[in-house]
Amino acid sequence: MGNIREEIEKRILVLDGAMGTMLQRYDFSEEDFRGTRFKDYPSSLKGNNDLLSLTQPEAIAEVHRLYFEAGADIIETNTFSGTTIAMADYQMEDLVYELNFESAKIAKQVANKFTLENPDQPRFVAGSIGPTNKTASMSPDVNRPEYRAITFEELRVAYKEQVEALIDGGVDVLLVETIFDTLNAKAALFAIEQVKEERQVDIPIMVSGTITDASGRTLSGQTVEAFLTSISHVPLLSVGFNCALGAEQLQPYLQRLSHESEFYISAHPNAGLPNAFGEYDQSAEQMKALVESYLKDGLVNIIGGCCGTNPEHIKAISEVARHYQPRQINVEV
Amino acid sequence: MAKRNTYLKLSGLEPLVVTPESNFINVGERTNVTGSRKFLRLIKEEKFDEALDVARNQVEGGAQILDVNMDEGMLDGKYAMVKFLNLIASEPDIARIPIMIDSSKWEIIEAGLQVVQGKCVVNSISLKEGESEFLRQATLVKRYGAAVIIMAFDEIGQADTFQRRIDICKRSYELLVNEINFPPEDIIFDPNIFPVATGMDEHRLNALDFFKATKWIRENLPHVNVSGGVSNVSFSFRGNTTVREAINSAFLYHAIQYGMTLGIVNPTMLEVYDEIPDDLLERVEDVLFDKREDATERLLDFAETVKGQKKKDETTVLEWRNAPLQERITHSLVKGIDAFIVEDVEEARVLSIKPIQVIEGHLMIGMNVVGDLFGSGKMFLPQVVKSARVMKKAVAYLQPFIEAEKDGKQAFAGKILMATVKGDVHDIGKNIVSVVLGCNNYEIIDLGVMVPPEKIIETAVKENVDVIGLSGLITPSLDEMVYLSKAMKKENLTIPLIIGGATTSKAHTSVKIAPNYNHTVVHINDASRAVTVVGNLLQKDNHIFKTQIREEYNAFREQFLKRGKRKEYISIEVARKNKYQIDWNTSEIVKPKQLGIQVIETFNLKLLEPYIDWSPFFRSWDLHGKFPEILNDTIVGAQAQELYKDAQHLLKQIFDEQLLKAKAIYGLFPANTVNDDDIEVYDESKNVQATFLTLRQQLKKRAGVPNHALADFIAPKDSGKQDYIGTFCVTTGFGTQELAEQFESDNDDYNSIMIKALADRLAEAFAEYLHEHVRKDVWAYASNEHLSNEELIKETYKGIRPAPGYPACPDHLEKQTIWRILDVENRIGVKLTESLAMWPAASVSGYYFGHPEAKYFGLGKITEDQLKDYAKRRQITLEDAQKWLNPNLAET
Repeated sequence: MGNIREEIEKRILVLDGAMGTMLQRYDFSEEDFRGTRFKDYPSSLKGNNDLLSLTQPEAIAEVHRLYFEAGADIIETNTFSGTTIAMADYQMEDLVYELNFESAKIAKQVANKFTLENPDQPRFVAGSIGPTNKTASMSPDVNRPEYRAITFEELRVAYKEQVEALIDGGVDVLLVETIFDTLNAKAALFAIEQVKEERQVDIPIMVSGTITDASGRTLSGQTVEAFLTSISHVPLLSVGFNCALGAEQLQPYLQRLSHESEFYISAHPNAGLPNAFGEYDQSAEQMKALVESYLKDGLVNIIGGCCGTNPEHIKAISEVARHYQPRQINVEV
Repeated sequence: MAKRNTYLKLSGLEPLVVTPESNFINVGERTNVTGSRKFLRLIKEEKFDEALDVARNQVEGGAQILDVNMDEGMLDGKYAMVKFLNLIASEPDIARIPIMIDSSKWEIIEAGLQVVQGKCVVNSISLKEGESEFLRQATLVKRYGAAVIIMAFDEIGQADTFQRRIDICKRSYELLVNEINFPPEDIIFDPNIFPVATGMDEHRLNALDFFKATKWIRENLPHVNVSGGVSNVSFSFRGNTTVREAINSAFLYHAIQYGMTLGIVNPTMLEVYDEIPDDLLERVEDVLFDKREDATERLLDFAETVKGQKKKDETTVLEWRNAPLQERITHSLVKGIDAFIVEDVEEARVLSIKPIQVIEGHLMIGMNVVGDLFGSGKMFLPQVVKSARVMKKAVAYLQPFIEAEKDGKQAFAGKILMATVKGDVHDIGKNIVSVVLGCNNYEIIDLGVMVPPEKIIETAVKENVDVIGLSGLITPSLDEMVYLSKAMKKENLTIPLIIGGATTSKAHTSVKIAPNYNHTVVHINDASRAVTVVGNLLQKDNHIFKTQIREEYNAFREQFLKRGKRKEYISIEVARKNKYQIDWNTSEIVKPKQLGIQVIETFNLKLLEPYIDWSPFFRSWDLHGKFPEILNDTIVGAQAQELYKDAQHLLKQIFDEQLLKAKAIYGLFPANTVNDDDIEVYDESKNVQATFLTLRQQLKKRAGVPNHALADFIAPKDSGKQDYIGTFCVTTGFGTQELAEQFESDNDDYNSIMIKALADRLAEAFAEYLHEHVRKDVWAYASNEHLSNEELIKETYKGIRPAPGYPACPDHLEKQTIWRILDVENRIGVKLTESLAMWPAASVSGYYFGHPEAKYFGLGKITEDQLKDYAKRRQITLEDAQKWLNPNLAET
């Protein structure tokens, strides 16, 4: 079995692309989302993509397979919303453990199969930990700036449950991603450190923030460097950015991050910026050219795609990544 | 893996990196309630907008880190910290810079860490409570992603020499880096900046040792930074701005050379180093570096010339003895020095036509200065009481001369009647107010404690007093005050009534007392306000003031009665269903090793010394803050130290001469809960010997939060499990009254109040001691317990000892049950008054609950249905029940 800490020293690792974009292709109906098990569930379940790991596990496994075939080294579990906080929208808080555990198992089974077939390219599973739909350092009510819809403690408890289930399900790495509020991420990292201590395991952690717009800051207002400083207390495998921007818009921020960070660098940008209909139309070839510019500058160690990307994008990216050396960590002391 | 980048990095919305090239990092210190009266006031009054302006000004003024501190006795520190930090997070121009979360309470620090997204600095943790607590806190600091200030403080105390400083810092460093892998660049040491030029020999190296320790730390503990609170260094020169600023600047200048990298500095308290006049600078640096034997004296001399400010050290510097007579008398009174007063008063008497003129002239001029300083917050209560001691000594000396002249009429500013109401024995607060008013030339008629209303009214009329002051500590006293106000109206009195004491409040006064009486009623809870209020009431033209008071209280009452947040209550029946659930099938109930009643007749008080919780002691003297930090508080620190020294002195005397007598009685019995809220106590033959009646919370709770009653912590009878309960009474009060009277006859109010305050502390300490003994040896469910005194005070142990009359069980009638079960009065002599206060006052009684889940709670308000049910259970009339539980009845 491969070790991601060894592999990342050897080459640029390719992360998979979007899960949601791929699932849209199946055009699942409310009934498909429910399956037989949740036939009579009181709330509407359509759109609860994480639930598909229980009701349409084959489709999830298929998407993972397609990304591995495209050349991905790491795939993300279908657990972006797998916390009691995000699942409250569907009144499915009680299912959180099972959702994460099963999602991890599905991904791990596919990964093992690919590793067995080609032991020279070990494949890995990253447990995807999303930001939840609440923010701990901002008030949702402009008239009550001191109010918070969620507390650190509530987040910590929710994340801890997700992390334990993902580890039980067999993930190789934890990926705290799409961070728009650093305090949420710190609660997730706190929970992970607790689990690591309680179970005496040393699972690698990837962290990926989101720069919302041209201001160059996270939604909660931090600059690239402030964000990095705020999450560097944990020994991370990698830090990076994903979502919100395309590869082109992300590059300057990635450059700053790469310059400052003593961790490996990851990026999984969107397929460009959405068009007027909210669709992503950057082609695989276009994205490949932009990513190549990262590679020429030696900016990244892990590269993949976020919203709007599909196996074609990942295939193009993995082809070009093969020709470049990974970024060397070089921080002045 | 990667090479580590080893600079201290912090962040708000933007990063802050401290590199060797960085200039000194300036920490903004105005958003600190312990250092800024203005900020404290804004937070107390919930003026958070203005408080944010203070923060903004700091950032605009160049602060690179913002220190936020909410440690103040009267504040809910955790609430204020969280709210303020949340508000800062919504202000990008403030949130730009990193936050320093400053508190001596770990829970406040942790609450702060949970609401800030950037990388903060925790200020501070230390080895004070031992290695395991230190490492626990440091591990959490690391996990929350913060840097930390480590105070040079260990189990023994604060480091005050070079060697102690470096030993503690080295030990802390090695523990952090080796044991828990704490990043060394995230460590900031604070090696303690202490005042210089105090006149005490052991302080002579205070600055130099700091400098040397700083240098050693920077050279020997890789990657760390050094910080400190600079203004403390010039503390001895409070009031003398020129000298203070010079000391601060020179100290900072050199500290930076020696390696201090960041610090808390008030920029308005700094002179530019180069602009310090050469002669002053030379003297300051002589002191900082302890260059010559007479360095302190020379600086003190110089200080006199720049501002003519009074010097701090009153014993060694006696130049003031050369001043004119009146100045000397005033000085003695202001400083509370009694060594020369008789001599000076005699000189004044010889110069005066009549001896009475010395009182009316010289002494009153001096006491007026004291009054002004106190009123403007420049003197503190213990100092004023000391002034009164000097005053009394002077008056006592003059008395025979006055009587010989046979014109012994002293012209007082007014006559005040003071009394602790019927049924109540607590008089520390009343005595303090009496002394302070006495200092201000009011004649005090002190009727003492447990004064019946008839006697108050009769004396007031007979003596034609100008003001009546009522005091009380226990809740039934509130009703006594209401009763008295009604009686005063019936007698058609017009005398203003002043209400004070721990359980009294402006709310209770305006809602329950003021409406009963047509004339002035004012609530006062600190002694300095008593002087202003009485002064205003006794002015010739007091009409406006009285009308203002009346209007203020009317408005307050209306606002109070219609305040927005009406609380929601549930019926007692529903509340009982939502009781606190303990799984009695799995809970282990420990049978006490020794059942039955035990009496302690003789007890060595000295054993209680480590159990004393000092913070309330300072509070009783109107000095607010947590012990021991209060001793180094920038505002009241010097006073607190002096008070503490005097207390230690008297305490030693109490121990050595066995001045007080301690007794205790306690018993452990089989018990079970019946009918949800009652606890049956059984004798050896399993017969019910008494029943404790507990009260249950009725406030509507969030889902999952129970409605507590103490009965929930005892196994119900129908569980089939035999459970146990304990009850106790301790006292350290025998002898207090005699001693207090003895001090009073020596005109020493200061020590009279002190002995009572200490007796109270000892009683609490005894209760703590006995509880530990019971937990470990008698009930013995916690034989392995090892707790520090701090932990005892924080009540981290298993099991509770709630006391009737306090929040978990406000029903004072329960004391009668305790007295009956233990036969307290016959066996140890502690009595209950008609209001069920204990006599002697320095006594504590309560129950023991041993279940690990037992915890303290506040009953809050109860409603009519529980009251009726309670009256039935207690077998008293509804009116009686209403009277006893009045403070806990919800408004209907």
